[in-house]
Amino acid sequence: MIELNDVHKSFGENEVLKGITASVQKGEVVCIVGPSGSGKSTILRCINGLESYDRGEISVEGLKVDRDAPSIVNIRTQVSMVFQRFNLFPHRTALENVIEGPLFVKKEPRAQALERGRALLAQVGLAEKADAHPPQLSGGQQQRVAIARALAMQPKAILFDEPTSALDPELVGDVLGVMRKLADDGMTMVVVTHEMGFARDVADRVLFIDGGVIVEQGPAKALLNQPQHPRTQDFLRRVLHPL
Amino acid sequence: MKGFWRDAVEFFPILMNGVALTIVVTIGSLLLSTVLGLIWAMMRVSGIKALSMISASLINVIRGIPIIVLLFYLYFVMPDLGVTLSALQAAILGLGVAYSAYQAENFRAGIEAIDKGQIEAAQSIGMGWWLTMRRVVLPQAVRIVLPPYGNVMIMMLKDSSQASTITVAELALQGKLIASSTFKNTSVFTLVALMYLTMSIPLILLVRHFEKRAGKR
Repeated sequence: MIELNDVHKSFGENEVLKGITASVQKGEVVCIVGPSGSGKSTILRCINGLESYDRGEISVEGLKVDRDAPSIVNIRTQVSMVFQRFNLFPHRTALENVIEGPLFVKKEPRAQALERGRALLAQVGLAEKADAHPPQLSGGQQQRVAIARALAMQPKAILFDEPTSALDPELVGDVLGVMRKLADDGMTMVVVTHEMGFARDVADRVLFIDGGVIVEQGPAKALLNQPQHPRTQDFLRRVLHPL
Repeated sequence: MKGFWRDAVEFFPILMNGVALTIVVTIGSLLLSTVLGLIWAMMRVSGIKALSMISASLINVIRGIPIIVLLFYLYFVMPDLGVTLSALQAAILGLGVAYSAYQAENFRAGIEAIDKGQIEAAQSIGMGWWLTMRRVVLPQAVRIVLPPYGNVMIMMLKDSSQASTITVAELALQGKLIASSTFKNTSVFTLVALMYLTMSIPLILLVRHFEKRAGKR
């Protein structure tokens, strides 16, 4: 459902994506791993048009992603995003954050949006925090609200941009647990992450990216347990055994 | 001192007429400058080059002209161009336009202070530019903008006295008229100063309240 074909992207002189070709099938969980600055996040940001790309083509369900075309709104309502730093709206409660999109973008009736919003907060284990403002919530709780906000758009896929990187270690599990449940329910997910355990257990496929190219890709367990390329081997060794 | 109180009782009612006009000029120009300032600021952050350039040049032109000259222009020159304004209209228009430049810069600073992640989050749930502004950026910018906005209110209250130069009989002009006919300069201008101060104090308290609230987040 998501297709990338020879995608190039530069920030000034710096070419961060040097021809990315990949696809994500419906119901698939794909993890993107790789060193910092390798272009992982940029790929996600290009898929829902937060970033433009210079060459190649990205399409979602056959619809070309072009951040300057009106169709981008359509794509963004089908492909939600969860950010590293949560980006909840601090002036609204958890529930208001969740129903903001359904209410104002999808023009859902208020009663229906509220009912769905509460159900989604319950789904991420935060039913009792509906009226809390983001600053009153822990990082893990905020990220779960952000996931509920993404789900509220009833997307066909969700992009996760290092969703646990800004969390205290003991809060990571709650967020990964919610994501695992989503995966089990068949949600299409593209996850940029450094959580190799999550990638191995939950992902169908893993892409290893370095220097703006896909160095290696394959089924999650195979790639993470027996990486073929020396750069993948080196990266995984350093991530899994930092000492 | 006794003389002052006697003078105060005598002049107070006349000066109150001035106070009424001062309030009209201040509120009128405050509203106008807020609306215009918002428009200039939105043009600046619209991301459309032409709009942002027009707004930037407009702000610079307005900032570069003294308020008093702007008032003279509106009141004395516009009639030659076929537009006749009453003194009150010219005062409100002049002060409103003059202050719209400062309001615009204040609003723009508030809007640009909002975390980029907020805008991306809004976009990622399919919000367009205007919806993002209305639902996400502006409500948060208000908190940042309010304390300086309160200061602008105080400055406008005091600068409304410049309307006296084009015959608007607000507080300063009333005072000057009484003083020049009674020669009781000390009593009159002490009274005028006290009345401006009395009007400023609630605004000063308001600013303090805004600042406390903004500091909470």
